[in-house]
Amino acid sequence: MGVEGIGARVVRKEDKRFITGKGRYVDDIKLTGMTHAYFVRSPHAHAKVKKIDSSAALKMPGVVAVLTGQQLVDDKVGNLICGWAITSKDGSPMKMGAWPAMAPETVRFVGQAVAVVIAESKNLARDAAEAVVVDYEELPAVADMQAAIKPGAPQLHPEAPGNQVYDWVIGDESATDAAFAKAANVVKLDVTNNRLAPNAMEPRAAIADYDPAEEHFTLYTTSQNPHVARLVLSAFYNIAPEHKLRVIAPDVGGGFGSKIFIYPEEMVALWASKKVERPVKWTGDRSEAFLTDAHGRDHTTHAEMAFDANNKITGLKVKTYANFGAYMSLFSSSVPTYLYATLLSGQYNIPAIHAEVIGVYTNTTPVDAYRGAGRPEASYLIERLMETAARQLNVDPAQLRRTNFITQFPHQTPVIMAYDTGDFNASLDAAMKAIDYAGFPARKAKAKADGKLRGIGVSCYIEACGIAPSKAVGSLGAGVGLWESAEVRVNPVGTIEILTGSHSHGQGHETTFCQLVAERLGIPISQVSIVHGDTDKVQFGMGTYGSRSAAVGLTAILKAMEKMESKAKKIAAHALEASEADIVIENGEFKVTGTDKAIALPMVALAAYTAHNLPEGMEPGLKESAFYDPTNFTFPAGAYICELEVDPGTGKTSFINFVAADDFGRLINPMIVEGQVHGGLAQGIGQALLEHAIYDANGQPVTASFMDYAMPRADDLPSFNLSHTTTLCPGNPLGIKGCGEAGAIGASAAVINAITDAIGKNNLEMPATPDRVWRTIHAA
Amino acid sequence: MYQTTYHRASSVDEAASLFAKGSDAKFLAGGQTLLPVMKQRLASPSDVIDLGRIKELQGVELSGDLLTIKAATTYYDIMQNPDVKKAIPAISYLTSVLGDPAVRYRGTIGGSIANNDPAADFPAALLALGATVKTNKRSISADDFFKGLFTTALEDGEIITAVSFPVPAKAGYEKMRHPASRFALTGVFVAQTKSGEVRVAATGASQSGVMRVPAIEAALKANWSPSAIDSVTISANGLLADIHGTAEYRANLVKVMAQRAVASAR
Repeated sequence: MGVEGIGARVVRKEDKRFITGKGRYVDDIKLTGMTHAYFVRSPHAHAKVKKIDSSAALKMPGVVAVLTGQQLVDDKVGNLICGWAITSKDGSPMKMGAWPAMAPETVRFVGQAVAVVIAESKNLARDAAEAVVVDYEELPAVADMQAAIKPGAPQLHPEAPGNQVYDWVIGDESATDAAFAKAANVVKLDVTNNRLAPNAMEPRAAIADYDPAEEHFTLYTTSQNPHVARLVLSAFYNIAPEHKLRVIAPDVGGGFGSKIFIYPEEMVALWASKKVERPVKWTGDRSEAFLTDAHGRDHTTHAEMAFDANNKITGLKVKTYANFGAYMSLFSSSVPTYLYATLLSGQYNIPAIHAEVIGVYTNTTPVDAYRGAGRPEASYLIERLMETAARQLNVDPAQLRRTNFITQFPHQTPVIMAYDTGDFNASLDAAMKAIDYAGFPARKAKAKADGKLRGIGVSCYIEACGIAPSKAVGSLGAGVGLWESAEVRVNPVGTIEILTGSHSHGQGHETTFCQLVAERLGIPISQVSIVHGDTDKVQFGMGTYGSRSAAVGLTAILKAMEKMESKAKKIAAHALEASEADIVIENGEFKVTGTDKAIALPMVALAAYTAHNLPEGMEPGLKESAFYDPTNFTFPAGAYICELEVDPGTGKTSFINFVAADDFGRLINPMIVEGQVHGGLAQGIGQALLEHAIYDANGQPVTASFMDYAMPRADDLPSFNLSHTTTLCPGNPLGIKGCGEAGAIGASAAVINAITDAIGKNNLEMPATPDRVWRTIHAA
Repeated sequence: MYQTTYHRASSVDEAASLFAKGSDAKFLAGGQTLLPVMKQRLASPSDVIDLGRIKELQGVELSGDLLTIKAATTYYDIMQNPDVKKAIPAISYLTSVLGDPAVRYRGTIGGSIANNDPAADFPAALLALGATVKTNKRSISADDFFKGLFTTALEDGEIITAVSFPVPAKAGYEKMRHPASRFALTGVFVAQTKSGEVRVAATGASQSGVMRVPAIEAALKANWSPSAIDSVTISANGLLADIHGTAEYRANLVKVMAQRAVASAR
């Protein structure tokens, strides 16, 4: 309905403030009497904290306090927790090592906080932090997963013998073994999914403000889910009860998963604010972000795929080691299990799957969800396997995929997920057409004549988004429900506020959510405001991650809208002396269908609040709320094809073309969707070519700044050729699947498949740096 | 950043006398190395003496066969300068692939060579072109100026005022950019002087900083063409190795970049 409704390319409302420097981020907020925190961090990957001497620091100018981990223990502040319980194959629970917000006894990764200085300025706090003398007794450290699980390896946690978090399995092992016993061909592959540092543009920050008179805390923080932060800080960390804690996540400059979690710094800021009875601000810098923001990925996997004589897949076996880092971050346990292994069927009919995942502690930064969270690892594995199989079986890679595509829906995979809808051939057709797949051999031959190695790579991804049905995830161990909540407030003059538990930190919700209102009521989006990111304003919420905000968050808004519209129609019918059933909403008016009788929305709203003449028994006001719990995951899917050239002299990759044909269900704002895909592709290509968070054998980070950690820049990336094929999601009324993570999930395999096609060698790990590619080309 | 005292000098002499008064003073030109190091608290100079606004340190002059670039001229200004484009286009090209736009707007030729980062671009140009470094005290040939990693012939408090390049018959520069820092993973500058001498310098490759490459010079002296380098072998011994490039890879890059620099030389 109208130029600003669903499907319109509406310019983002929020961009005016962002591109004119008027965004309001946590670090922009200054409170009266505010102090500044600076953390004393371990330079060692593994050490005993024998003694902390704060005496010199306490005498430094401007120092208000120096607080240590032992004081946290004394004040009975809880340890950080992982909120998703995973059970090992032997029936034992996952082994969660204790993670205090500041280490009183043992540090287990470089950058772990042992103390905090509170001072009148950040610089004074930092000066004093350098004067805190920590006496460490260094312990042997282990950063490599395979080294960590060997007998005799340094042990991180007494709770976790052998450094094992869990040994978890999914699928039917005997059916899978039987499939392999009968297989005509078996394809084997070892892959590493490289560790990434998330690097949101805005580093994490927190301001804690304790009001001693009210015994009330306010926390401004960089969170993707302020209500979850409040819940966790209250229920598990014993810092403040929920009704005495307000969490505000204002403008947040990117999250990519890393701002889902509750970190030590936010906890310590809250606790410290009560200790010093003044507001405490902490703003992380980029170095701290590299050391302490939860990293992503970091798997090593061996996989085998069985085929029959017709190139149909008959079975899949996977064994994955997942690096957890030194501690279990908030949702870390679910990432390599229920967010990874449940997607191992890919877009394919695979009758039998068995996967085993072994979680491993190492003396490195904790690992948790990062854009895609488990699904990129699954998709990369399956799509590398399919490409490897095509080469080994000597069939066209696109054709091998078609031979095995799921074409009937709903489809129950052997690994929990029930795909509701999709058309995988349509996406692949669109991508192949866009890149002129048939013309590739001629282009490859021409490139060869010019001394270049040209390759093409296909990646057909599927992901589970719209996270998630609460009952389903509860049965799998989740500690929370994954519904969303919304409220629609029609003001007495007819403007509208939408309060949502989703949180926008770059996604453009302030525009897309308004477009739903414009669609339903026919009013301009300028008359609608989106309110989010404040637990005192928004009733409840579960936040933004897992491409859930449109599929779950917007559906909650729709439910609240429907309730509001129902009441408004009653008021309109009463005013127009018509039957409620005859009222339709058009262009901001409530009309009696088939007549010229109408009443404008502001008049309906005013009637609701003046309450002078409402239908008998009706409450005044026009404000409704709703909770929405999805019935299934959603399943965005698509086909990406990458064409590139490798310079044999340097191993450098140059993109020729990158096409993405996605099926996201209904699009609210295609322009914003394209932006989401661009960003996701950049991250997927970054993982494939550039990014790698590396530790030396002793757990010292090697890539702790942008001088060493290669983030993709604009000129590292091609222009993207995007298209959409659409099957509407049957699981929610708007037919939305979600688009936030697809690019990051599907891109990496397309790139590596293309490079390995170009150089004619199948084994190549990410990131495919020029050095690595050159050495692979020239290896014997 | 630790506390420091900032001075904005208006002349080279004033800068030198301010330096002499400081207990642990540092000169600041474009600040592309010093300021990040200070922000990380890895340097704590007592005094920072800014050379960036000194008029006599700005600009480019072309006089016959000598191109002189004043020390505090930014990479961007060098890149845009018509005399540089006309006399030694390889220098103009080098500045266009140096760092990123923000670095090019601030960084200076004097700052680059005074710092002598082993992966910086300009040291290769000076060495290959046989440039002369002018200071407030003397002239130093490029062959004598670069003394290894982050080390130069500059004395304490000595200020680079300009670099003079003899205009070559042909020169070319090619680099493999470091994927994260955009320094040279390896860069090679080749030059043929008007008297027929061939000089080749590689940056980003050696553990000892910028270096001449005699084997490639000999091959090009005999035959100035990319294919002349085909049979040259570069040893990986003594070359840098890190997560972005093994020593063997850098040895390969010295050769490949030299070939491409010859191909693009003009």
